Amino acid sequence: MKSSIRFSIKFIIGLILLFAMFIIAMVFGAAETSIQDVWNALFSNLKNDQINILREIRFPREVGAVVVGAALAVSGAIMQGITRNPLADPGLLGLTSGANAALAITLAILPATNYLGITIACFIGAAIGAIMVFSIGTIKKGGFSPLRIVLAGAAVSAFLFAIAEGVGIYFKISKDVSMWTAGGLIGTNWIQLNIIIPFVSVGILVAILLSRQLTILSLNEEVAVGLGQKTGQVKAILFIVIILLAGSAVALVGNMAFVGLMVPHIVRAIVGTDYRSIIPMSVIVGAILMLIADTLGRTINIPYETPVAAIIAIMGLPFFLLVVRKGGGAFQ
Amino acid sequence: MVRLYTDDLSIGYGERLIVKELSVQIPDQQITTIIGPNGCGKSTLLKAITRIISHQSGSIVLDGKSVTKENTKQLAKKMAILPQTPESAAGLTVGELVSYGRFPYQTGFGRLTTKDYEVIEWALQVTGTAEFKYFPVDALSGGQRQRVWIAMALAQETEIIFLDEPTTYLDMAHQLEVLELLQKLNKEEKRTIVMVLHDLNQAARFADNIIALKGGQIVKAGSCEQVITQEVLRDVFQIDAEIGLDPRTNKPMCITYNLLKGE
Repeated sequence: MKSSIRFSIKFIIGLILLFAMFIIAMVFGAAETSIQDVWNALFSNLKNDQINILREIRFPREVGAVVVGAALAVSGAIMQGITRNPLADPGLLGLTSGANAALAITLAILPATNYLGITIACFIGAAIGAIMVFSIGTIKKGGFSPLRIVLAGAAVSAFLFAIAEGVGIYFKISKDVSMWTAGGLIGTNWIQLNIIIPFVSVGILVAILLSRQLTILSLNEEVAVGLGQKTGQVKAILFIVIILLAGSAVALVGNMAFVGLMVPHIVRAIVGTDYRSIIPMSVIVGAILMLIADTLGRTINIPYETPVAAIIAIMGLPFFLLVVRKGGGAFQ
Repeated sequence: MVRLYTDDLSIGYGERLIVKELSVQIPDQQITTIIGPNGCGKSTLLKAITRIISHQSGSIVLDGKSVTKENTKQLAKKMAILPQTPESAAGLTVGELVSYGRFPYQTGFGRLTTKDYEVIEWALQVTGTAEFKYFPVDALSGGQRQRVWIAMALAQETEIIFLDEPTTYLDMAHQLEVLELLQKLNKEEKRTIVMVLHDLNQAARFADNIIALKGGQIVKAGSCEQVITQEVLRDVFQIDAEIGLDPRTNKPMCITYNLLKGE
């Protein structure tokens, strides 16, 4: 009981921080805007240049950051729970590169595909990428070692990125593909968000509903069976959730590693290791992290954009090394 | 009375059977210990009975019903399994981990009821882990941690508890502590306990009933006096054992042994 009260307080503080960060992200950017403009853009019917920029460009973009950050963070948390692997991340385990390759192939073969079609292609690609990594990673007896999965992930990712690039070059659509996959929120619009947000919402909702099951599964598979969990069923549903979340993120921003790796570790430091707390908190922290990264990307070198993926990678790499060095100690 | 038995049970893949046509009865409200050399199928048998792994042929019957056909959650209210040294509690506190023992009784979000809290409290008390309730499980010593896992199995409120080598990695005193706890649960709470043990003397001291396995088949099953004998141990472990009586418990014990040579 006590811990659940403490969790509510932390969650509310997180929500407040998220809201504050959202306002900060809205205020800062290449175009000069004030808090007053942001307020008017969000809560009034007033119109002027500043307000229009905020409404039509910056607002959807920051909503996109929130959605992607939350989706990647939750999918990372689920993957770490299922595989009991502290290094699991949709970018490291082939989901992102799979979705990327599927996206390139779709753009090449069906250039007229609408956004929903591309999103679905990303889901399929993410699933194929993940299945490849897990089947290679477990091919040897006693498989599923954290290191072997990461190695398989690196190999499969390299292969799938090569396919994406090859398709891009062969069909002379490299520019289109890299526009998608560069890992940015530039040009995020409401049409995209209207398609992505339902998928991500459903994914997160199911993840929260299954979070208790995930905690048991993350302990030990035999314990989970002994407690009466239908582990096969739970894992299959969670796998679909991961695909939905990671595929949605790729459809919106392309390649974005490390968010799914970092956020769950940060969240564990805040709320402990029960996935009932980890999943909701990952939504908040993932969103905040992406908002920070995107705001930095837009403001470090005005008027030029610094790629968000690069900023995340600069934050993420030292973190990755820290987790490896501690032998997944940050996992506990 | 026997509620749980296997009939012609074979476990394994294709030609490579780990357990072969094994029929055994688990006596109710007693402590049953499975012994045997490495790779004889002890753990495999335990896992199959508790439906963690599937079996190839034959059947496992609990209360007149095949465990493979029974709803897994209903089964979790009848039998609990503590696998071999769960490596980590993933950072959960003792209280949190034990509360997950209530999983089979919960639906939806799993809000704990007053009854759940009572059972958790009782499980912590009886295993002597109540004082660690708010500690992370991973911060405890091996013996304490094992008691916490047992507390979680107890919170499941099952009449049958399976344990796979519950004393591994524990020092002598802590081994005894865990076994005495199980004995107490058997005597006072009438729980049926089935465990895999490596130490023959511990098996003899605590078990009402011993099953000696070799190559996936039963060599001998019965009371400790029937199983801990020179002949059985020779057959099962390829050792020449000197059997005496424990001066304190009057149970048979292996005083010393040599490897059999030239066979």
